[in-house]
Amino acid sequence: MTSWVETVSLTLPRRRRAARVFALACRLITWSGVVLLGVLLVHVSREGFQWLDWDFLTSFPSRFAERAGIKSALMGTLWLIGGTGAVSIPLGVAASIYLEEYARPGRIKSIIEINIANLAGVPSIVYGILGLALFVRGMALGRSVAAGALTMSLLILPVIVITSREAIRAVPGSIRQAAFALGATRWQVTRDHVLPAALPGILTGVILAMSRAIGETAPLIMIGALTYVAFLPRGPADSFTALPIQIFNWASRQQAEFHGLAAAGIIILLVVLFVMNGVAVYIRNRSQRKPQ
Amino acid sequence: MHFGLAGAARRRWKEGAIQSALFVCAVVSVVTTVGIVIILGKESFGFFRHVSPAEFLFGTRWTPLLEPRSFGVLPLLCGTLLVVAGSSLIAIPIGLVSAIYLGEYASDRIRRIVKPVLEVLAGIPTVVYGYFAVSFITPMLMKAIPATQVFNAASASIVVGIMILPMVASLCDDALRAVPQSLRQAAFALGATKYEVSTRIVVPGALSGVIGSFVLAVSRAVGETMAVTLAAGATPRMTLNPLESIQTMTSYIVQVSLGDTPAGTVEYQTIFAVGALLFAVTLAANLGAHRVLRRFREVYE
Repeated sequence: MTSWVETVSLTLPRRRRAARVFALACRLITWSGVVLLGVLLVHVSREGFQWLDWDFLTSFPSRFAERAGIKSALMGTLWLIGGTGAVSIPLGVAASIYLEEYARPGRIKSIIEINIANLAGVPSIVYGILGLALFVRGMALGRSVAAGALTMSLLILPVIVITSREAIRAVPGSIRQAAFALGATRWQVTRDHVLPAALPGILTGVILAMSRAIGETAPLIMIGALTYVAFLPRGPADSFTALPIQIFNWASRQQAEFHGLAAAGIIILLVVLFVMNGVAVYIRNRSQRKPQ
Repeated sequence: MHFGLAGAARRRWKEGAIQSALFVCAVVSVVTTVGIVIILGKESFGFFRHVSPAEFLFGTRWTPLLEPRSFGVLPLLCGTLLVVAGSSLIAIPIGLVSAIYLGEYASDRIRRIVKPVLEVLAGIPTVVYGYFAVSFITPMLMKAIPATQVFNAASASIVVGIMILPMVASLCDDALRAVPQSLRQAAFALGATKYEVSTRIVVPGALSGVIGSFVLAVSRAVGETMAVTLAAGATPRMTLNPLESIQTMTSYIVQVSLGDTPAGTVEYQTIFAVGALLFAVTLAANLGAHRVLRRFREVYE
């Protein structure tokens, strides 16, 4: 009967060693991800910092690297995000209200749910193809801000719906029951009680969805956002360029100066995204602290 | 406030109208899917009147923009496959190991550092990764291996791997957490080391979730566009050599749309045929992954 005790005492040091090696390997591999982010940020800022000045923000693109700037790209992104928000936020929040507060469990609800889950996994370039055929050609919007904003809206709609639904679901049922008990209609309950309580969560999701839209490039290339635009869009029917498109254009050139410009553009893009993410995290934390 | 009968009727009407409007908004997503299918189907149909489906799916030469024209999609599929394989090789082991570390080993303090870093990595736009590939990884590869071409599949695979890594890590993390604590405690009580608990109890216990996350990540890599367009080149070719320039399905679509291809021509229709193939592949992967993921949720609940 001592055999298994012997086996254990013989193998135990080896097993312990394996455990220590594994723990160390896990730690190193995981931290390599953190290091990678560091390398990426350091590389971008080292390449791009010297190109970053006020002129860079206020100049139009140019084939001379020294004179090139991102004025039109920045304004184009603003237009695009404004349009995308105006379309996708009401649409997405309304869809999530329907699914959480109104829809009865059944075939229609589950079709919509499965559909949204799948749409979230469709590659962004496929949305670009849809936008090209439907908005640019089909509705004859051309290569305009409107076509870009509509395409982008469809792209981020699943993100908004999924996050808003989570926020709405987190509102305690007792709040609804109390309002119903006082005779409120379903819409009154939703508008006056559920939505205000879910607002921080919805806002967080919306900001994250918008930051996705700011960085998306492929669908804009598909619908033909121009790479060289030396004017500012003045309405939704004007053609435009956007920050990621401009970065793509510069990064795809061979000359080192243009890579520097791309890096400078990336710094601006990342600053915008980090600020947005920071705001989202702030809203989330603040709403979590507040007792319900 | 209306308590009268007329008020009640008006209120009921208003409630119905609001419900209908909300329903219409929810249906937009279904219409989007239908729109994608119709548009891809219609234009692909036009394409397949010129090119037989057999030639498209099994042809080994893809030169739709040059004479003599040839429409065999296999080189593009091969390019996509190469990038997917390379990026999975990076993202799957690192992602899984990171999830094990975060779930089983790391203290709360470390989780609070690493998790946001992964979220930031996940939120960086793909065009930034593309820039990182051409300006950092490719020069490094060329220095290390002189045979490397300026545009190559390896560089693209590496950045796509970095890009999908956070997704693998966080989905695996979810899956590992779903394994009940009692299983771990039982194994520890029998004298297992942490390594044995992690690799023989927790990971097998979460296997379907882990595999589901791999499939979702692969599907994401298939659809990845900007990094591949910038780093991998535009040379459709049947090769398994990651140091050569290749072209993927997505980067071909970008190449055509950057040019001036008039609507209605076969060249224009190729992007819909390739897009339909891309859509079909990612949809199949996503449906499969969700099915696997649903199964693992049912086991422990």
